[in-house]
Amino acid sequence: MSMQTPATQSMFQPNQMMRRVMGGAFVGVGVISILISLGMLVYLVLDVAMRGLPWIDWQFLTSFDSRFAERAGILAAIAGTAFMMTMTIAVSLPIGVMAAIYLQEYAKESWLKSFIQINISNLAGVPSIIYGLLGLTIFVRYMMMGRSVLAGALTMALLVLPVIVVATQEALRAVPSSIRDASLALGATRSQTIWHHVLPQAFPGILTGNILAASRAIGETAPLVTIGALTYVPFTPESPLDRFTVLPIQIFNWTSKPQAEFHDLAAAGIVVLLLVLLTMNSIAILLRQRVGGTSRRRIG
Amino acid sequence: MTTNDGLVRAGLLAAASAVAALALACGTGDSGRSGEAASTAASKGSPTAEAGKPIEPSNKAALATLTGNIVIDGSSTVYPVTQAAAEEFRNYAKNVRISVGIAGTGGGFKKFCAGETDIQDASRPISQTEAIACADKNIQYIELPVAFDGLAVIVNPKNTWVTCLTKAELKKMWEPAAQAKINNWKQVRDSFPDKPLKLFGPGTDSGTFDYFTEAINGTAKASRGDFQASEDDNVLVSGVAGDEAALGYFGLAYYSENKSKLKLVSVDNAGDGKCITPSIATVNNGTYLPLSRPIFIYVKKSVAERPEVKAYVNFYLSKSFTPLVESREVGYVSLGDKFYDAIAKRFNAGTAGTLFPKGAEVGATLDRYLQ
Repeated sequence: MSMQTPATQSMFQPNQMMRRVMGGAFVGVGVISILISLGMLVYLVLDVAMRGLPWIDWQFLTSFDSRFAERAGILAAIAGTAFMMTMTIAVSLPIGVMAAIYLQEYAKESWLKSFIQINISNLAGVPSIIYGLLGLTIFVRYMMMGRSVLAGALTMALLVLPVIVVATQEALRAVPSSIRDASLALGATRSQTIWHHVLPQAFPGILTGNILAASRAIGETAPLVTIGALTYVPFTPESPLDRFTVLPIQIFNWTSKPQAEFHDLAAAGIVVLLLVLLTMNSIAILLRQRVGGTSRRRIG
Repeated sequence: MTTNDGLVRAGLLAAASAVAALALACGTGDSGRSGEAASTAASKGSPTAEAGKPIEPSNKAALATLTGNIVIDGSSTVYPVTQAAAEEFRNYAKNVRISVGIAGTGGGFKKFCAGETDIQDASRPISQTEAIACADKNIQYIELPVAFDGLAVIVNPKNTWVTCLTKAELKKMWEPAAQAKINNWKQVRDSFPDKPLKLFGPGTDSGTFDYFTEAINGTAKASRGDFQASEDDNVLVSGVAGDEAALGYFGLAYYSENKSKLKLVSVDNAGDGKCITPSIATVNNGTYLPLSRPIFIYVKKSVAERPEVKAYVNFYLSKSFTPLVESREVGYVSLGDKFYDAIAKRFNAGTAGTLFPKGAEVGATLDRYLQ
């Protein structure tokens, strides 16, 4: 600043006062935005927690739905959600990651690749109800799976696949190409390079993408309503072909009951859903820190 | 690493706020009265003679050995009855897995006539088109009325000018010709004040909409389109409760749960000044016309002989369950022992087909099931 020539100094209007005001205003707008979004979240979570928490006890977690609010529980929905999500991840994770590896590491730049790439990005933005209709046509009707956990899980797998592919590609892209070059230079094959060096490096990012995708799927209601997840299910699904219900459907069902105490019960269901989400995310963060640590050591 | 942490946190927040938003959207306008349920659950009396406590089934040992799956779908109006019957049945037959869906009467019949479900819940008799669809797939059914339902016409408690409306006045408000024309209370009756008329009603997929339009306008599904429609009756409750000039209709059960927020309108069927207020008594004795109706279950004939289905349907129609039809949690009007006995007999004889060959009828009585 002090090195400026007199000529530029005369043209340069420091206007420090104004700049400081503008700078401060910018920070202020930022802080207000944060407060609005956080405030809404805090309000919503508090509202749900205050209404729902008194209802959450062992009985609520281990009972099936009932027409009496104080006897109703969420067991079938928890079991249905857990069963369905396990199958969804088991199907979508390998397919999604392999697809991303192919696109990112093997596929040559061509019109076909960019065509596929654009379509995957577009699919990630398709409304979920469309996936429900697709699942209804393909899995429920054509492949005769019926309105089962399996059909629900496969529909959800379709829904999350594009998200997983995009996130995995992102993670693979973040691995420096010097690592690939070094591995190849030492005589490793391409697949060895990917398995031993690229994937471990990219693993935290891949995991994050998958958790985000699973978090999206766990709250989805529309596609499951379309394929026919049920309302009153007083049993836990035992085989992939059993009928089922999931947390969001159980919550929705309670909110549409006339009795007011069921609306509080729905809040309790939401608290459970939030806890499931938080647990999933914490497990992922833990996993990622451990795996991330070992991979870094291996590379070092 | 920090970017990844940020991503996770962002995702968490997004998921949390989405869920929380759902909660807020669904849960507006109700008060916490959680303690009330337990005390009123069993004690609520009912004016009909056969009300009382359900008796234990005589075949308890046999019920306990039953296994199998029963798949039920259909009307959300019938759902509370069928769900309650399934819940009570489960106390005796632990290993029978009964699931109940709420695809709507029309949506349910599609599944039923495609052979996907064992029992269909219906808030109106099977239509001719649906009967043909079932016949095409060679699906025979046993038609069983299970309860009466009344539709309540409701206004805001601050509405001082309406206590009774004639069927003709309701038609004037709701008929297709009223669209964009009838939008003031004064147009309905001269003595009404000059206030905008705001209408609330169930969505077009519901059997309640079908029945109301049939009963009031003369043709099922013939309605004006410019009213606030929702499949969620709680939305209708808060809509009417929040607007002095509003009028809406839905199942009587929703009114009895929201008495403090709404005002019930009596209905004068013939226009002769005889205003009937809907209640368990007036629905049951058939005087609340034209807005009361029987609701049904349809049992697929090919599964009716399966022991668990046979046991469940007989339980549904027996004194082990029917006294609960009028309890607060179910909220419908009992048909009475005479009818339940006759209808159980119809089921056990395996009498297939409908006694409503023309579909829904307004003011239908069930005497035909006694023969």
